[in-house]
Formats: sequence, C-alpha cells, structure tokens
Amino acid sequence: MLGYVIRRVLATIPVMVIVAAFVFLMLRLSPGDPASVIAGDYATAEDIARIREQLGLNEPILVQFTKWIGGLAQGDLGTSIFTNLPVTTLIAQRIEPTIMLTLTTIIFTVLVAVPLGTIAAWKAGSWIDRAVMVFSVAGFSVPVFVLGYILIYVISIKLQWLPVQGYRSMFEHGVGPFLRHIIMPTLTLSVIFIALIARMTRASVMEVLQEDYVRTARAKGQSELKVLLSHALRNAAVPIVTVIGIGIALLIGGVVVTESVYNIPGLGRLVLDAVLARDYPIIQGLILFFSFIYILINLLIDLSYTLFDPRIRY
Amino acid sequence: MLSWTKRKFLTAAAVAIPLALGSFGAIGEAAAEKVLRVIPHADLKNLDPIWTTAYISRNHGYLIYDTLFAMDENFKPQPQMVDTWTKSDDGLTWTFKLRDGLKWHDGPDVTAEDCIASLQRWGKRDGMGQALFEVVESLSAPDAKTIVMKLKQPYGLVLESIGKISSNVPFMMPKRMAETDPFKQIEEHIGSGPFMFSKEDWVPGSKVVYKKNPNYVPRSEPASAAAGGKVAKVDRVEWTYFPDQTTAMNALISGEVDYFEAPANDLMPILSANQDITVEINDPLGNIGFARFNHLLPPFDNAKVRRAAIMAMKQEDYLAGAVGDQQFWKTCYSVFPCGTPLDNDVGSDVMKTGDIDKAKAALADSGYDGTPVVIMQPTDVPILSAFSLITAEKLRKIGMKVDVQAMDWSTLTSRRAKREPVAEGGWNMFHTWWIGADVIDPMAIAFSGNPAKGWFGWPEDAELEKARTAFAAATTVEAKKELGMKVQERLWAIGASGQLGQFFTPVAYRNNVKGLIKSPVQFFWNMSVE
Amino acid sequence: MSVDANPQVAEPEAVPAKAELSQWAIIRSHPSIIIGGILLGIMILIGVIGPLFTADPIALNPIKRLKPPQGEFLFGTDFLGRDVFARVVHGARISLVVGLAVSGIAVFIGLIVGMISGYIRVLDAIIMRIMDGLMSIPAILLAIALISLSGATLTTVVIAIVVPEVPRVVRLVRSVVLTVREEPYVEAAIAAGTKLPLILYRHILPNTIAPMIVQATYICGSAMLTESILGFLGAGIPPEIPSWGNIMAEGRTYFQLSPWIIFYPGIALAVTVLSVNILGDGLRDTLDPRIARKM
Repeated sequence: MLGYVIRRVLATIPVMVIVAAFVFLMLRLSPGDPASVIAGDYATAEDIARIREQLGLNEPILVQFTKWIGGLAQGDLGTSIFTNLPVTTLIAQRIEPTIMLTLTTIIFTVLVAVPLGTIAAWKAGSWIDRAVMVFSVAGFSVPVFVLGYILIYVISIKLQWLPVQGYRSMFEHGVGPFLRHIIMPTLTLSVIFIALIARMTRASVMEVLQEDYVRTARAKGQSELKVLLSHALRNAAVPIVTVIGIGIALLIGGVVVTESVYNIPGLGRLVLDAVLARDYPIIQGLILFFSFIYILINLLIDLSYTLFDPRIRY
Repeated sequence: MLSWTKRKFLTAAAVAIPLALGSFGAIGEAAAEKVLRVIPHADLKNLDPIWTTAYISRNHGYLIYDTLFAMDENFKPQPQMVDTWTKSDDGLTWTFKLRDGLKWHDGPDVTAEDCIASLQRWGKRDGMGQALFEVVESLSAPDAKTIVMKLKQPYGLVLESIGKISSNVPFMMPKRMAETDPFKQIEEHIGSGPFMFSKEDWVPGSKVVYKKNPNYVPRSEPASAAAGGKVAKVDRVEWTYFPDQTTAMNALISGEVDYFEAPANDLMPILSANQDITVEINDPLGNIGFARFNHLLPPFDNAKVRRAAIMAMKQEDYLAGAVGDQQFWKTCYSVFPCGTPLDNDVGSDVMKTGDIDKAKAALADSGYDGTPVVIMQPTDVPILSAFSLITAEKLRKIGMKVDVQAMDWSTLTSRRAKREPVAEGGWNMFHTWWIGADVIDPMAIAFSGNPAKGWFGWPEDAELEKARTAFAAATTVEAKKELGMKVQERLWAIGASGQLGQFFTPVAYRNNVKGLIKSPVQFFWNMSVE
Repeated sequence: MSVDANPQVAEPEAVPAKAELSQWAIIRSHPSIIIGGILLGIMILIGVIGPLFTADPIALNPIKRLKPPQGEFLFGTDFLGRDVFARVVHGARISLVVGLAVSGIAVFIGLIVGMISGYIRVLDAIIMRIMDGLMSIPAILLAIALISLSGATLTTVVIAIVVPEVPRVVRLVRSVVLTVREEPYVEAAIAAGTKLPLILYRHILPNTIAPMIVQATYICGSAMLTESILGFLGAGIPPEIPSWGNIMAEGRTYFQLSPWIIFYPGIALAVTVLSVNILGDGLRDTLDPRIARKM
C-alpha cells in the first residue's frame, strides 16, 4: 500500500512538469503584453520598454522558465505583476470561498443524485426513472450563467429570500450568513453535476442489480431496502466515486462562471482576471495549482477504493 | 400607491428574513461604524498611482494621498496642502508654503523634502510632469514647510501641472516612498489624505478597505471637485469589485451595497424606476469617444482618406448604438470637451458632416487604392466593441475594405504600440475614450503631432507641435484660447482622429447616500450614509 | 458545466442482440435515436437553409435598439438594433459548425494518438503522461487561456475546445486497442508479419468506430455549451459573428430589461444540445452495449 502511494506520488512529478512547461510556453508565445497594460493610455513606446525591462520580460524565455521552475521547487509561485503580491498569498486569500463552494456542491450533489439514481435504477422503466433520465440529459443542456441569472431574479429580486451576491465566511460571520450566501451558487453549480452523478449511479446500480449475488440475496428474502443499500449501492460506489473525481475538473470550470455571476471572491475569478490582464505569474501559478489539486484528488479517490471494495488491494 | 405598499411589505420581509437567519455579530458590527459600501468602476489591481495611469489607482490615490494643489469645479487649480504661495515678478521663482497640521498616516509631519521627492518621481512618469521638469531648474526646501521652485523660463502651466486632476496625479508621499524607482512599484502605502489604506483587508480582485484618518485636518473651504475641505464623513469606505453588471445592479437594488460608480447606461431604465435609488450624472465633462487612425500605414497615411473616414462618422449613430438613452450623451465637435474653457468651433465641419454619400465622394477623390483597414475590436469593453462595429459598417458603406479583428483590451494595448506594417502585427484603427478632464487642453498627449514622442497613431504635423509648445509657454487666457483654436484647426485639417461625441456615465446610489461631489473624478470624502 | 459533459457512463440496458434484428428494428426499439435525430435534423436544416430567408444578422440599426419581440422583429432586437431572429438562425449554423468541427477533429486526433499509444509500447508512457497533464488542467481555463492569448477567431475557439477533449478520446481508444490487440486474430496477423499500419487499419480501427461515434455526439453537445460559456466569459468567437454564445453574452447586461436577447438563443442552444445528447444515448445503447460499458 505505502509503496503504491509513493509510486503514485512520484508519477505525478513528470505530469506536473509537463503542465508547467506547457502553460509557461503557451503564455510567453502569445501576443499581449502585461507591460503595455500597466503603462496605460498615456504611455509611449519607451515607457513600455522600460517597464518590460523592470519586469524581466526581456530576458530569454529559457532564463525566465528556469527562474520560475527554480522558484517552484522552493514553493514560490512567483509574484503578481500588477498587485505585487506573492501568488501564494493571492491563492491563500481566495481559496476558502472556492473550496467551500466546491464542497457544498459535492455534498449537495451526492445527497440528491445518489438517491435519485438508485431509485431510478430500482424502478427502472417507471415514470420516476424516465423523469430522472430526462433531467439528467436536460441538466447538460442549460448554460450555467442563464440558470444563475434566473435564480437571482426570482429568488433574490422578486421574492427577496436570499442575498444577490457575495460570500460570507463561516468562521468569521457564522453559519447563518454563510448558508444564505452559498445556497444559490451551490444550486446553480450542482445542476450539471447532479445530472452526471445521477446517470452514473443509475447505470452502476442497475448493473449490480443484475449480478448473481443480488439475485441470491433477493431470493433469500432480504428486504429491497437492504438489498439496495448493502449490496447494490456498496458495489456501485467505486464507479460513482470515480466520476466524482473526474467531475472535479468540471467543477473547477463551473466555478469560474458561478463566481462571476454571484460575485464570489474565489480562485475562478482570480484566474479569469489574470488572463485578461496578462498577469503571467498568476495564470501560471493557478493553472499549475488547479492541476495539482486535480491529480491529488484523483490519487485520494484511487486510494479510497479499498474502503468501498475490499477486493481492491494495492 | 398600491405598489408602494407592496414595496414596503417586501422591504419589511427583506429585513425580517436576514434577521432571522443572520448571526448577531454581523449586525452589531454594521451598526457600530458608518460604512460606505461601493462598487468601484474597476478592480484595483495596483496601488501605485504614479507607476500606472489606471483611473482606479488614481481614485485610490485620492483617498489616501493629498496634493499640493487641486482642481476646483471650474477647473482652476486651488491650494490644497499649500497654505500660501508666491510667484516672483519674472515668473521664474515659485514659493509654496505648506499648511499646518499635515501628518503622514504613520505619524511624522509632512515636510517640504517629502513633497520635492514626490514631485520628482511624478515628473519622471507623467507627461505634463515631464514637460514641467524640462523647464524646472531646481527644487529646494529652505525650511521644513517651504518649497522653492526655480524655472529656466516662464511657464504657463505650473499650477495646472501640480494641481492636475487626473492620471498621473502628483500625489505627495513620504520621501522614502517617493525615492522608489519610478518604473518600480512602491512597497508601502502611507499618505497624508483623509483615508488610510487597510492593507490587511485588501483582497485583490475583490475588496479594498479604507479607514478614516482621525488625524486629517481638512481645509475650511467647502469641497469643490478635488479642492476645498476633504472631510471624511464615514468610518470606512469599502470597495467591492463586481465583474458582472447585472449582479452589481441587483446588489444595489437589494441594498447590499450603497453606491455603484459605473453602471452600464443600459441598466438605467431599471435603476431609475427604483424609488430607493438615485441616478445622477456626476462627471460634467463626461467621456470623449475617439476613433484613432494609424498615420504611419496606408490607407490612413493619407490625410484625405482620414478626413473621408471622419466624414462618414455620424456621432449620433455611435452614441445611440453604444451608449443608448439620449439623456446620457450629446454630440460635440470641438476637440476640447464642450463646456470647457477652450471649447470652440474652428475647422470642425469635417466631423459635423456625418454623411455616407459625401464621405463616399471624398474617398473617391482621395486616391484610396482599396488597402484593407484593420480595426482592432476590444471585445471585453462593450462601448468600444460597439464603436468598432459601427465604424466597420460605415467604412464598408463608403467603399473601404475592412477587417475587424477581435481581441481583448490587453492585447489591443500591446498591439497598438507596434509601428510595423499590418503584415508584421501592425494595425490601422482602434477606438477608445478619454475622460473629458484628460483632453481639456492642447497639452493632452492625445493631441500630439510629434510621432517620435506622441501617442499611438503617431500623427505628424510641425504646425500643430509649434502651437502646442506655444500654448505651454502662454501665460494669458486670451493667448491660450487663441492657441487652442490653432491646435484644433490643425487637428481637423490633418484628420488626426475621429471624435465620436461626449457621453456621460451616471452613478447610481441608494437614497441614504448624501454629499456626492460633482467632478470628473470619483471622490469619497464629503459623502455620508444616513 | 459543459466542458466535460460527456457522461462517462455505462448503460447496461437490456438490448436485443444485434444479429437477431434488422437495423431498423434496433433503431425502432430506441425511440431516443428517432427523437434526437429528428430534432437535430431540424436544427441542421435551420442552420443550413434558414440564413437564406432572414434579415441581415449584423446590420446595425441603433434607432430600433432593444425592441421587444413583435411585428417586424419576431424575436426583438438587441442593443445595436440587430434582428435577434436573424441572429439566432445564423447562430444555428455557427454553433453546429463549432460542435461538429470540435467533435470531428477531437475524435480524429484522439484516434491516431490513441492507436499509436495503445500499440507502440515505447511511446505509450510518454503520450499518456502528456495526456494526464492536459487532462489535469481544467478545460475551461485552458480554453480561456488559449483563446485570449492567441486571439479570438473561429479557428482558435475550435482548437481551444478540441485540446482538452483529446485526452479523453485518447484514453478511450487506447483502452479499446489494448483489448483488441490481445484477440487471437490480431495476434495471428502480427505473427504472419502484417505491417503495423495495416494491422491498425484493418483490425484495430473498425473496433473503435462504434464507441467513437457515440463519444463524438457527447463532445459535440459539450462543445456547443463550452462555446456559449466562453462567450459569456468574454473569451469566445469574435463578437461580430453571431454564435448563440455571443448573442447571450452580449445580452447579459439586458437580462432583466430585454430578456428576449438571452431567451431565444438559450432555448435554441438547449434544444440542440438536448437533441445531440438524446441521439448519443440512443446510439450508445444500440451500437454495442458491451462497448457502451467502457464509456
């Protein structure tokens, strides 16, 4: 087990290097120049050249890359060109809302989607099944921002039940304000995720229900609920958890849009603003950070298989 | 009346529900101090108003720094940190005495040495500053409160320069900060202004917090634009940046913020219809739309082609399409904003034409050879994006070939610096706007006629440059007016740029906000929340 | 969100064995193919011939801006006075082109890379590490970065949506190849000295076609959604081109004042993506339930 973990962790290093090199080259070979954005409307070409020099953007790409990788090895993601703050500080400032939104979305999704999918599989062919399937296709078909606007208009403006925007930290402002601000973004972000997980759950549970041991259990007269919970769902856990892992990447994409619509000061906005301003260190640092998180979560998920399925051993 | 009752009921519900759900702490905290919650026009990315010209950094500067002179609402420089000042009869020696009670946020008194260092740093970055320092022979501080400026020759814009209202504003900083390389950002944010920057609360991309400076001594005069007494009437000013206009508007409607600095004009029908919200035009000068040609490349290296293109530009079409509601724009054919001292009518017939057929005829006479026009369209700036589409349509109608290239603003800003041919990454046209205060006189870089030092587009006209230089040296109002007209005449004669009219961006705020100062720049002193 | 909206899901429905039924009967037993196919057909028809019958989608008319749907303007006008109906109809063409181009290119590249990776052991490790790396970057971020950095054109948008899709196709193809290459007839062909390209072409490729068709439909749907989100984030196709994403993105400031600007393209997009997804589900169940399980 431990050997496997170490091997897996080591295997992520080349992947991270590939991501780092890819992102770095993509940025440096593209048009657009932070120096000219900084210099602003009044600047002359000479001013821009001066600023480029100050920022070290005139050095050969290889030198810039080596410096950046050298910093990375020491846990330094670089310094934002515009705000002059370390990228790690910026990430630390913004990470809480994003983590919280991701967590509430995953929790809400699992709470809704797994029972839905299980019931749909159990009652395959019934109207419940059809409804779940229709929802799971439709959930993929609505742009997130349209959903967000509709929710804001109906719930916040017309009904005035919840605030329009913003984020309140659970630790600073208490659970009440936290929940009031996170409900709508969570709902918005969950729809597509629920669609995905419900489909997955339905399919996996249906497959398990056709297995011999489930038939045996049913033949032995075990209650349907017990069959569903202790056999079907348990055995369907591995594929479900796998999809949640894959869904993380999807979720991070959704976070960018949701954070824009609900004005949540999270990482998604940070990276989008950085792209528009060409703040290279932030873009590089954040993409690398996201892919690191993705790899980490999928590693954890692989390891969690042993929990769900005792047959899997590393 | 019925709707009023319903609104009342909904408001009551809106208060009751948060009370039920909200924690006690948050509400107690809100009651303790007066907070002005603001949606600024942009994200404050950068804290050094000398290093960058971004308007948002300038507004940040006005909160925490003070200035020696400041422009009043009639665009006249008035002493701000300066108490008394004298000018020698030959106009070469200027003496400024600082007023009492000026202190940096970290304690020490403001000294003349600090101010000199600040002026020098500004003079290395700002266009007007550079022009001023070309005639400055020396700056000295005979005592802690006196600044003496000696000039090589008389100069007409000394106070206009150091009392400049818009970017880069010569803000006064402590000497140690002002000694930072002007091309490097300052590391500290200590000023002597009415508010203090709260660094620990700063979340770039989202939130900026300013706290009242308890030691600030405002002038006794009433506030008038940047001049007069800067009285902080709230304990905190909180900026929360909203990337999404619809969400920002809804936050104002629901009372989650108090003040919305730059709502899109098209949100006005909804905002004005709301009885809790006041919509007001705060900047009397507004913004001036510009269609900029690249004078180095064909087809716009030919003044006749440029003038033909200008003739096709009907200001009404641009303003109606990009700005919308007519109460927020007006046509203006003077190169200096209408309603300012140099506003005039010389040579502007070409801009007034606004006629496709006449433009077509003019183009036919110009010798245009069918070279395509590359228009850079900044898709993340809605007004400029619309300007670009409108120009493209008009130029096509008069018989030009047009290639609209979409990009974001930051790509545009780097590409417009290229003087190379189109094939090597060059360009023919882009659109922008200047705030009125920035193009108020011929010294604006937008009016430069010297391609070596001038602004993107690089027009070349010796007569224009001569008139601009003479303007800087002119010391009487009449001479300045005369030279202003000369500059305008040249600008239209060479078709330097198309001007797309004057448009105003209203601010919107909840009715409990009082004390807004009329000015081209957003200030936060004198404003209170009741 | 969209990006990765390919439901990587097994659907082990009881499907009659292929050999026993004619193709028509198979299709008939899966009404989703018919429903999805008809809906998609209608949208394609609109995209192909619709633009011939509408007003100019980019003609500006500032005086008639933000007019609600009625009379002359069936779907109203937008903030520049352009006809929303004309724009939505033209948008069908663009969104379908984006969807089809992305799915076609992603599947094509994925097929080649996946077959090479699955068959040539030496390259496998390297290719799969690169694919892992690409897959770990959130697709929407990658697309935003690629587009805003290399300039927004239809081509760059298609490329930017293709890049993050490729690794998923590669993985799928590779897994099929790994299974097939162990089959006796392939081993026999290798033993007989058949050249590698021929083996790939004759034995491996046919086995990947069914799952690829299904995968392509999902990619197509998700690409159209991604395009709209990129438009919303301000990093999409040049705004002069009326894609549904652009129409909605431009209309978002007017969401409460002039909701029709978002409403009509939104409905069109949802119906199209829905039809593609329904069609995909049907095809997956029909073509081969065994392979469907791998997806």
